Amino acid sequence: MLAMSKNTSLRVQDLKGYYRGSFGVIHAVEGVSLIVERGEILGLAGESGCGKSTLLKLLTGMAEPPLSYEGGEVELEGYNIWNMDYEELRRKVLGKRLSYVPQSSYDALNPVLRVREYIADLLKEHTGRNYSANGIREILVNHFAELGLDKRVLDLHPHELSGGMRQRTVVAISTYLKPSVLLLDEPTSALDVTSQKRLIEMLASLHREGTTKTMIISSHDLSILRQICNRIAIMYAGRIVEIGKMADVISKPLHSYTKMLLNSLLPLERWTKSRKLTGLVGKPPDLRSPPRGCSFHPRCPHRKDVCMSKEPPVTKKGDSLVECWLHCGDSGKHE
Amino acid sequence: MWNVGFIVETVGNMNEVLKVESLTKYYFSGYVFTKKVIGAEDVSFSVRKGEVLSLVGESGSGKTTVSRMILKLIKPTSGKMYLHGKDVDSYDRKDYYRIVQAIFQDPYTSFNPHYIVNKVLKDAADFIKVRSNDKSETKKEHFDFRSSLEMVGLTPDEVLGRYPHELSGGQMQRVLIARCLLIRPELLVADEVTSMIDASTRVTVLNELLRLAREEEMAMLFITHDIGQAYYISDRVAIMEKGRIVEIGPAETVLFEPKSIYAKELVASVPTLHEKWQL
Repeated sequence: MLAMSKNTSLRVQDLKGYYRGSFGVIHAVEGVSLIVERGEILGLAGESGCGKSTLLKLLTGMAEPPLSYEGGEVELEGYNIWNMDYEELRRKVLGKRLSYVPQSSYDALNPVLRVREYIADLLKEHTGRNYSANGIREILVNHFAELGLDKRVLDLHPHELSGGMRQRTVVAISTYLKPSVLLLDEPTSALDVTSQKRLIEMLASLHREGTTKTMIISSHDLSILRQICNRIAIMYAGRIVEIGKMADVISKPLHSYTKMLLNSLLPLERWTKSRKLTGLVGKPPDLRSPPRGCSFHPRCPHRKDVCMSKEPPVTKKGDSLVECWLHCGDSGKHE
Repeated sequence: MWNVGFIVETVGNMNEVLKVESLTKYYFSGYVFTKKVIGAEDVSFSVRKGEVLSLVGESGSGKTTVSRMILKLIKPTSGKMYLHGKDVDSYDRKDYYRIVQAIFQDPYTSFNPHYIVNKVLKDAADFIKVRSNDKSETKKEHFDFRSSLEMVGLTPDEVLGRYPHELSGGQMQRVLIARCLLIRPELLVADEVTSMIDASTRVTVLNELLRLAREEEMAMLFITHDIGQAYYISDRVAIMEKGRIVEIGPAETVLFEPKSIYAKELVASVPTLHEKWQL
C-alpha cells in the first residue's frame, strides 16, 4: 500500500487493464501503483506498446472494448473512479476534476462543427444551458487570450487549423473547467519543434496560473518531458520500472532499460557526432505471453539467474523507486 | 586567381551527383480567381558523392516538394536540375531510377501488401539486371539478399518469406535500405524515414544510412524536421522556411552558430536533456 498524504491528488494501486479479443489477451497494463501529489507534473516515457496510453485511458475511468479494466484502484481527489457508475463519473469527475487530451487532436474535435459550436455543446452537457455564438465568444475570449491563442480560432473548423494550433485548442478546451488533473497522451509527437515549444509553454503557463496544478504527460521523447516534468516514470511491458525526480533519472538512471532509452535519444548536442549511438537492441516482449520473471530480462545486458525466474520487487533508492534485481541488495529497502 | 578558381570548379563538378538551380514550384487553385501557393521558391544546392545533405524545416516549408521534384514525381514550375552534369530530363526514366532512389516516410505504403519480402528484393535485383541481360541463378540471388539483409542488421530468416504486415516499421524501413543496397543508387532521397518508427529504433536506421553513405559513397538527401537527427547524420544542412532555403552550410556552423533569425529561433526550440527552457 502506497502511503497517502493530504496533498495527494491521484493514487493508483495495482491497476490492471487488458485488451481482450480474437488476438488473445494482451496484458497492456500489469499492476501499476503510483502516487501523484498536487502540483506535480509527471512524465510517462517508454517505447510504443509499453502501456503509456492504456494507463492514461484507465485513469479516466472509461475503458472501451477491446480494452477491459481488470482490477486495481484509482483514487482521484477522493473519488474512487472505478467504483462509480458512468453517470456519476461524468457529472462529478470528468471535465471538472479530470480532463483527458487524446493522442490525436483531430479525433477530439468534431469535424463538422466550428470550434465554438463544439464548445457550446460541451458546456451545455456540463451546465445544461444553451449558449449563443456571441455568448460563447464572450466566455472564451479571455481564456483563449490568456493561453496566447487567437480568438479567430473559435470561428474555424478543425481542418482549417494547423496541427499545433489544433492541439493547443484542444488543451484550451479541456482546461476551461479548471480540472485538478490533466492527462495528456503524446501531446507533442505529431508536432514540429516550434509548435512543440509553444505547447509546452502553454502547459507551463496553465500550471503557473494554477488552472491545472497536476498533469500527467506521456511521450516517447524524454528531452521534451525534461522541459516541463518534475517527476518521470519509465514504463516497460505494462509496468513502471523506474520512477523518480526528473533530474535524478536523467543524470543517474538506475534501471538498465532507462539507460538504454537515454542512449537511444538524438538530442542536438555536439557529442552525438563523435560518439557512436547504439539505439535499443531487441524488441519489446509479446504481451500476450510476457516473459517469466523480470519482463526486461531477454534484452538486459546485466541479467542474473534470478531475473529469469522471479519478478523483481520495488526497491527504494534515494528518491527513486526501481524494479530491478540489480538494485535489490542490502542497501535497498523493500516497500 | 582565375585559374585556381577554374580548377576547383572542375574538380567539384566531377564529384557532384546532383545540382539544382533556382528550383521553383507554385501550386495554383481555382480558374477565375487563381490562388497561388508557394511550394518551393528559388532553391539551389548540390550534393556530392558520399555526402549527406539534410533539408530541415517545419511542416509546410517545402522540404517534400523539393524531394518530389528531384524524384520526378512532380514537375517544377521553373528551375534546372542536373544529374552528373546532365539535365535530368535527358535521362531515360528507367536509367534515372537506377541512379536515383528514394525511401519514404511511411513504410506501410511503400510495400505491396500482397508480395512477400523476397519479391520486393528480387524485383530490385531484376531492375538493375535488365541492361546486362544477365540471368544468374536463383542460388546466387538468394545469397545476395541474405548478405544485404545482414548488412542492415536484419536476420534474413526473420524477414525472408514474410509479408509486410508481419514486420515492424523499423524492420520494413531496413528492408527498404537493403533493397537500396542491391540497386546501389548514386543518390538516395530519404524523406522523413524515421518519423513513423519508434524513437528507440531510429538510431539503428540512421546508422545504416550513414554506413551506406560512407562505404558505398552514396550521395544522400536527408529530409527531416528532427534537428537532432539532422546534425547526427549530415555533413551539410539546409534550413528551409516558406519554400526558400534561408541558410545552408556545414552542419556544425548552421546548427550551432546559426546566422539568420529563423534558424536561430528553430534551433532554440529543440529540447535537450541537459538544459531546461525558461518557462
